[in-house]
Amino acid sequence: MRKFYTLLTREVRSYFYSPIAYIVLVFFLFVSGADFYFQLTFMNGQPVSYSVQEAFFNSVFFWFAFVLIFPLITMRLFAEEFKLGTIEPLMTAPVRDWQVVLAKFFGALFFYAILWIPTLLYFAVFQTMTHQSAANSTGAYLGAYLMLLLLGMFYISIGCFASVVTKNQIVAAVISFCAITLHFFSGLISFVLREVSSSTRQVLGYFSALEQMGTLSRGEIDTRPMVLYVSMTILMLTLTYQAFQSRKWRL
Amino acid sequence: MIKVENLTKRYAGQTAIQDLNFEVGKGEIMGFLGPNGAGKSTTMRILSSFMPPTSGRASVAGFDIFEQSLQARAHLGYMPENVPLYNDMRVTEYLDYRAALKGVPHRRVAERVGDVKELCGLKEVEKKIIGALSKGYRQRVGLADALVHEPDLLILDEPTSGLDPNQIRQVRDLIKNLGKQHTILLSTHILPEVEMTCSRVIIINKGRIEACDTPENLLSQIRTAGGVIVEAKVGSDNGAEALKKIPGVRDVTASIEGAWQIFALRVEAHADVREEIFRLAAARHWTLRELSQRKATLEDVFVEITHPDVV
Repeated sequence: MRKFYTLLTREVRSYFYSPIAYIVLVFFLFVSGADFYFQLTFMNGQPVSYSVQEAFFNSVFFWFAFVLIFPLITMRLFAEEFKLGTIEPLMTAPVRDWQVVLAKFFGALFFYAILWIPTLLYFAVFQTMTHQSAANSTGAYLGAYLMLLLLGMFYISIGCFASVVTKNQIVAAVISFCAITLHFFSGLISFVLREVSSSTRQVLGYFSALEQMGTLSRGEIDTRPMVLYVSMTILMLTLTYQAFQSRKWRL
Repeated sequence: MIKVENLTKRYAGQTAIQDLNFEVGKGEIMGFLGPNGAGKSTTMRILSSFMPPTSGRASVAGFDIFEQSLQARAHLGYMPENVPLYNDMRVTEYLDYRAALKGVPHRRVAERVGDVKELCGLKEVEKKIIGALSKGYRQRVGLADALVHEPDLLILDEPTSGLDPNQIRQVRDLIKNLGKQHTILLSTHILPEVEMTCSRVIIINKGRIEACDTPENLLSQIRTAGGVIVEAKVGSDNGAEALKKIPGVRDVTASIEGAWQIFALRVEAHADVREEIFRLAAARHWTLRELSQRKATLEDVFVEITHPDVV
């Protein structure tokens, strides 16, 4: 456990050694801040049927920033170790392969969680300034952040896999970006294709991150996305682990 | 400390090492020599559990490198070729991290890291970022990393490559000192270094072990034991022909420097032909200004074993 903790600490710290962490933090802060501002401006002009919090988590701005950050935070995880050769001292130390894979995954997840901390402040500021509640219920916050965590886990595990199959960080970023975008926009198919049957629409809805976010950010805690994303994450991490082990036989 | 049995490694269609068998006892400094691509790094990578062999077995400190890989790794310190390091960490920070990763107890980390920094001369750069260090210091960080968990065995892949002569001397002294407490397997291209530090030598060529002995024994076994240089005024005589007739001389090459002729003789092992040459010169009234013997070095052994056609 101590070795895992040592690896995890290094992973989290390594984000802050490089400028990537700061670039991602600033970019994300800017986009989410702009999102919050424009949503408020829009809602100020007319009566709407949703809360500030729901508007924030379901806007276009938000999703745009969302799919972009994963390649940025996961591309270097394994690819950089392969490229620099630091995989050699790392794997000749008495550590197990799964410890390394999980440390990298949770390191990235931790950094991803840090990105979201400032958004809590938006709602706090809104409430102190307007004396109105930003969400309909506490459950709505819980649901929205739970959804972010679930989707974040899944997308980071995709990023881990993309990074373990190549030495080249750019290639890793492109693979994970394509895979994440593909999954994400497959949720839009039901909006685009008007003539699909309602059962197809329903099936697509199960996999649509947009629809799930809509549900969870209203405060309806649905267990289906939890099962889906947790199991998909485990699957992707297993694949990552297998690919990571296979390096020994490919050398 | 190391036991290798029939170790073979094949890459896609290519055999990197074939049926290696050797043992390294406790407290030995074993030199691992061979031309580039002979399989030195492959062997070292297998011993450090970085990659598995295709067939054969090996054990480190009594632990099988494949089945008890974690224990084997805990008992060895490995310094890879070119010393890959995290360039964005600071020296002390990196060594702290490595010590914890290698299972040094929490309360002993500071002490151990302090010791290896002292030993490897890293005190003055301890706060620097590794990416900003010179090659020599990087090498020392790699060595400090290999030592930090007090391993029984050190595997060093070309610890002196890319260093200047002063740094090579420092690293060599360091290795010699370490040899008092650790078993060491080191590979290198610098042969005088091996003669000075190693108690035994393995010469590997094209994936096979060609020789495994003490440096002294290897020197006594080779066909050419060295050479003799003769500088003389020979007048109208054919000096090279006359010298060649002396028993024990294998061949002679002559060159002219003004009025003097310089003969380079290659002689059989154990033969000392200098006395005969003196008699010949006296009999023919040659004027002699140099008559010296060059002892065979490990370099001759290396060339003879790995490149027999040159000899």
